[in-house]
Amino acid sequence: MRLGQSGLHDRHGPAAGAKMSRLHDMGGRIGDGPLHPETADAPVFAKDWHARALALTLASGALGQWSLDRSRHQRECLSPQDYMRFSYYEKWLSGLADILVATGVLTTDELKAGRSLSSAPDLTQRCLKSERVQKALSSGGPTLRDSQTVAQFEVGDRVIVRRFGHNSLVAGGHSRLPRYARGAEGQVLNYHGAHIFPDSNAHGLGEAPEPLYSVVFLRSALWSGAEHPDDEVVLDIWQPYLQPASLAKSRTS
Amino acid sequence: MPHDSDPSHPHSLLPPDPALRVQALETILREKGLIDPDALAAIISTYENDIGPQNGARVVAKAWCDDGFRARLLADPMPLLQDLGFYGRQGEHMVIVENTAALHNLVVCTLCSCYPWPLLGIPPAWYKSDAYRARAVREPRRVLAEFGVSLPDSTAIRVWDSTAEIRYLVLPMRPPETADLDEVALCDWVSRDCMIGMGLPRAPK
Repeated sequence: MRLGQSGLHDRHGPAAGAKMSRLHDMGGRIGDGPLHPETADAPVFAKDWHARALALTLASGALGQWSLDRSRHQRECLSPQDYMRFSYYEKWLSGLADILVATGVLTTDELKAGRSLSSAPDLTQRCLKSERVQKALSSGGPTLRDSQTVAQFEVGDRVIVRRFGHNSLVAGGHSRLPRYARGAEGQVLNYHGAHIFPDSNAHGLGEAPEPLYSVVFLRSALWSGAEHPDDEVVLDIWQPYLQPASLAKSRTS
Repeated sequence: MPHDSDPSHPHSLLPPDPALRVQALETILREKGLIDPDALAAIISTYENDIGPQNGARVVAKAWCDDGFRARLLADPMPLLQDLGFYGRQGEHMVIVENTAALHNLVVCTLCSCYPWPLLGIPPAWYKSDAYRARAVREPRRVLAEFGVSLPDSTAIRVWDSTAEIRYLVLPMRPPETADLDEVALCDWVSRDCMIGMGLPRAPK
């Protein structure tokens, strides 16, 4: 992909050369230090630019040029070096700059110049005005959808998470399945209906709703060294990542 | 910069200082007519002043005082939350999970920082930290101990990793010493941390 190329060629997600590093998928990682509690009166934003970064991200999102899934994937596509050295809002900000270019809203020349070099007449009508902010924030973006896909599992069913839980639609693509759950056996705790499938939606391939379940795992089924034998972890998992435990067992026996 | 010429990461063309980086992006977008500075101020003010843990605390206090509300909140919370005006971005599909003597709930997002914004506002730094994302699922009792919470062996922990668009709020157990308090007074006992599962209700200072 050349510098300055427009987002029209960006059908398969952020910058064809960029794949997510999976560094964001850090559940269960060892070696992080202690937590630092915050008092209730700590400011919501520690620095002014944190607030600006959040507001700019939300206001840019209102232009309607990308989905939440797509913007998450853009942050996951930061280089491993950047992902680890950037603070939280630096990741947001860099992801925002990258997605604005990838979708053709801004050009790399404009980022270099620090000013606008061309107008964007089509998009100005979508500019989020202050009087519309409350409505925009309070209307949200529900992800529940009607779907013809039959829910294969019921509450109480034993299921196994597919061992290769990566995105099967786009190589190196977005996925919301933490790797610590791959291959683990759990039990369906809740069914949430069909929800937008991020693996597809993050890459402009449609919402492709899939049945979504909360699946409960014994903590001891995920890692050794459980602190308590009854502790559990629940993940929300889309149907394509699940198979019946009985089927998996009969295959391996 | 190590990857100035990396076309897949245009952000490296912006100034390295993050405050200047925001300013540069904001300037370009404003000049293009795509950003209204007053809208940015309105967004910031909303999350600084209007939407925060005080919303979630009202829900918890109400559930503590009204068994019918509590039952409906656990079974189907969205109509109640919409009635209260606690609906919106990052709170479209809420599930309320109730702590009991046998089960303590804890909420995390190991993949990013998913959090029930309409009820709790913007997450605190520790919730978004690598340490919390990495450790909460694997060693919740050590993590809780760092926040001064110790649970008995008779209580199992259930950690909710918010990997989809379902958002979770913990309904803590009502402390027995609050039996005489009304809904308004109870709100002061409900901290943000206890609605994430990282604290227990405490008397206000």
